Amino acid sequence: MRGDLLDVRELKVVFYTYRGIIKALNGVELWMNHEERLGLIGETGCGKSVTSLSIMGLIEQPGEIISGDVYFEGKSMQKMSMEELHDMRGKKISMIFQEPVSALNPVMRIGFQVAESISRAKDIKIKEAYPEVLKMLELVGLDSKRTASLYPHELSGGMAQRAMIAMALSSNPKLLIADEPTSALDVTIQAQIMELLDELVREMGNAVILITHDMGVAAEFCDKIAVMYAGNVVERASTVDIFEEPLHPYTKGLLKAVPKIGQSKELVGITGTVPDLVNPPTGCRFHPRCPYAMNKCSQKMPPLIEAKPGHHVACYLYTQEGEHNAN
Amino acid sequence: MGRYVLRRLLLMVLVLFGVSVIVFFIVHVIPADPVGALLGGNAPPQLVDQMKHQLGLDKPIWAQFGDYMLGILHGNLGISLKSNRPVTQDIAEYFPATLELAIFSIIISVALGVVLGILSAVYRNSWVDHFSRIFSILGVSMPVFWTGLILLLIFYYILGWLPGTGQLSLFTIPPHRITGMLLLDSILTGNWEAFRDGLAHIILPAAVLGYSATASIARITRASMLDVLRQDFIRTAKAKGLSGRVVIYRHALKNALIPVVTLIGLTFGSLLEGAVLTETIFGWPGLGRYIVNALLVLDYPAIMGGTLFIALMYSLANLIVDLTYAVLDPRMRI
Amino acid sequence: MKSITIEKRGKLRDFIARRKPIIEDWKHTLYLWKSTKLAMIGTVIIVIFILIAIFAPIIVPYDPISSNMSARLQPPSWDHLFGTDQFGRDIFSRVIVGSRIELWIIFLVSLISGGLGTFLGVVAGYFGKFVDEIIMRITDMFLAFPSLVLAMAFAAALGPSLTNTIIAISVVGWTVFARLARAEAMKIKKQPYIEAIRAVGAGNSRIMFLHVLPMCLSPVLVQLTLRMGTIILTAAGLGFLGLGVRPPLPEWGSMVSDGRSYLVAQWWISTFPGIAIAFVVLGFNFLGDGIRDIMDPRLRR
Repeated sequence: MRGDLLDVRELKVVFYTYRGIIKALNGVELWMNHEERLGLIGETGCGKSVTSLSIMGLIEQPGEIISGDVYFEGKSMQKMSMEELHDMRGKKISMIFQEPVSALNPVMRIGFQVAESISRAKDIKIKEAYPEVLKMLELVGLDSKRTASLYPHELSGGMAQRAMIAMALSSNPKLLIADEPTSALDVTIQAQIMELLDELVREMGNAVILITHDMGVAAEFCDKIAVMYAGNVVERASTVDIFEEPLHPYTKGLLKAVPKIGQSKELVGITGTVPDLVNPPTGCRFHPRCPYAMNKCSQKMPPLIEAKPGHHVACYLYTQEGEHNAN
Repeated sequence: MGRYVLRRLLLMVLVLFGVSVIVFFIVHVIPADPVGALLGGNAPPQLVDQMKHQLGLDKPIWAQFGDYMLGILHGNLGISLKSNRPVTQDIAEYFPATLELAIFSIIISVALGVVLGILSAVYRNSWVDHFSRIFSILGVSMPVFWTGLILLLIFYYILGWLPGTGQLSLFTIPPHRITGMLLLDSILTGNWEAFRDGLAHIILPAAVLGYSATASIARITRASMLDVLRQDFIRTAKAKGLSGRVVIYRHALKNALIPVVTLIGLTFGSLLEGAVLTETIFGWPGLGRYIVNALLVLDYPAIMGGTLFIALMYSLANLIVDLTYAVLDPRMRI
Repeated sequence: MKSITIEKRGKLRDFIARRKPIIEDWKHTLYLWKSTKLAMIGTVIIVIFILIAIFAPIIVPYDPISSNMSARLQPPSWDHLFGTDQFGRDIFSRVIVGSRIELWIIFLVSLISGGLGTFLGVVAGYFGKFVDEIIMRITDMFLAFPSLVLAMAFAAALGPSLTNTIIAISVVGWTVFARLARAEAMKIKKQPYIEAIRAVGAGNSRIMFLHVLPMCLSPVLVQLTLRMGTIILTAAGLGFLGLGVRPPLPEWGSMVSDGRSYLVAQWWISTFPGIAIAFVVLGFNFLGDGIRDIMDPRLRR
């Protein structure tokens, strides 16, 4: 087993739509250990959110997992019963979302919504959870008594996200999935929220998957980075390796497109556009945009191999057959 | 909130004023001939003139309008030409029966409609959904007066399971009149025989009336529930590990029912107009039948009074719905 | 010569390419319509209804109006498919001819109430402010009545007849379209191209009727289709109460009413016209539901 907390193997997910079948995930490989912080980065629509929903077991019609599996602490989620799945979500995995205000139920007070999470995690009655609610709200830096009695629309985005974090961490989950937790917030608030998350997770020792398209945030927060492109994890390595020595042509392109302070180099975008996942390119889905594309790239998707110790990449440039100079 | 209520009330007063104008216009400006209808076509001209004078119909139209509006402000809707009693008294006598029928129907339609709508949405595209959609669409397609007749034919004439027309059987002693609502009065006076008989009598008309309303409630509940089930906070609730049932009944339902409340107000309106037809078929002594009878003989004070009263009830129902809406949805409380 | 054809072809291709989104959209709508079985069934019912109305004089086996006392109250048979009524008239023939009356009512009411409503709505939405306030408050006043009750009052005051039924239902029904057209006009008024037209020097009435009004039509038409079932039900209700179309004209609602006193022994007199009403209204409601599904952008996936 590659990761003792989570192991996603060959995961394929499709969505049936009017336009056709969207091949959203094309054999995703992802793994992580306890207390690890993994950054999942990539452009919009590359399957980051779908991956996280699959990990939660929340893929629903019109979506379907057509092959592959997610193993959580060694247990296959495909084989879990409904109840086990609910229990896993309530006690071991939590999630926070991009739009905190719309992710909270508009007709329920914050206190109740947090209490609901606590009661689920600890198997106690909702009413008995209230002392804990106040503690959690205080922990995330909110005026606990007042906030508990407010409705979501009475909170600012930042406050709502704090409440979401309180909800998510109240079960002290093994894994916290944060799906772009700050992209809907003001820049100043963003930093505060990330700091809070950093602090709390360090204290409580949760593993985190941070989904973001902000390379800076990922670099600061995560130990490991997985880069996704059009439904595949194309590269996975420690944060340092990814930034210092990216291997996959897509990762390289992505890094060139990010502005760095103190660097006067011109920003370079990646040519071409994100592929249409109803009719994705054959083989490696990046090949139409790849400057190093070879014949075989359009035929078969390269497997995710360990090119260097702890550095995985899915590209023929690094397999024995394709010993090309990677530059 | 306070300002909202005040604005809403002011608007209602304005609308009711307009409603009175429309009713007055219908009866007085449109070329109907109430006196002719009252006296028959061959009445001597002197008698016609005398009658017109007696009813104030020989005054200029503005004076008539003034009299009429003043009357309304004093709660005086005139004297019915047919019953020779104040129209207000007639309304007080007939309205409780309509109200009772409407309440029964609305209970049936809300209960049935909401349940069908939720099942439809939760089991979307399953046989439950198809059944409920077809059942609903039939409900809005069949004319109320016809469904009523057919049910009467089947359950009364052929099967004999339920009693026929009217509120009570001929030999049942009616309860002492307190509220005017027969079932309520039976309970209040402990007249259980009348209660049982009244209940048997109300089933058919309430079912007929309620069925058509069920359809629209089921349809809106379904749409609204589907809409809510797509929202982010439902995903959050699922991510919390709540079971499907808790997600639907605790998290989705309250949100989904808010628009349904609005619909119930509209349904009340459709019940009032359905009552006109249903009461005619089932010989139900309510306001709907009273108005129809008044219309057929051009009993114009009764027409004006009855129509005005129905519009008032309808507006009140909508007002109550709007206020309930404000209470239900915390986003509205400002 | 050759180059000209190529050029032409190029133009044609260009023409198609430019309209591709519209064509695609139509194809899409057609696809959705086909995939919505209910809408299909509804369309078939309505087409049958219209065909029957058109060919009624050819179809009817008997005179629907004049009575024949020797053949009264006969049960359904091969001679009289739906039986005969108390005047010996063939109910099948009356139902068939009645379809013309219902279709006529639907057509005229849609035209009058749709036209009046759209006109007032566009005026209100276009001018806004004072004009809007007045028109909308009038709309509110009409909406304060349950529509059948108001139609009844109008019909009774005007005197029961086919024309007055049409007037009464139209006068009650325009409010829906006024609200719809107003909302639409307010949206369109803010579009930049309206500004551009104004800058060219077009006057209010020109902009309103040539540019804003046409854009409001499609939602109004959809709404009209949705309301056609209600129009028949209202007309039939008026007929049933004796406030609408008068006998001996074979209006379906008044035919149901005719059979009321014969319900127990001669059930067919009321039953068949009622089925006819339910059938046609069902057709319109199926189509309406289908349209609603198609129009709902959230279902467009």
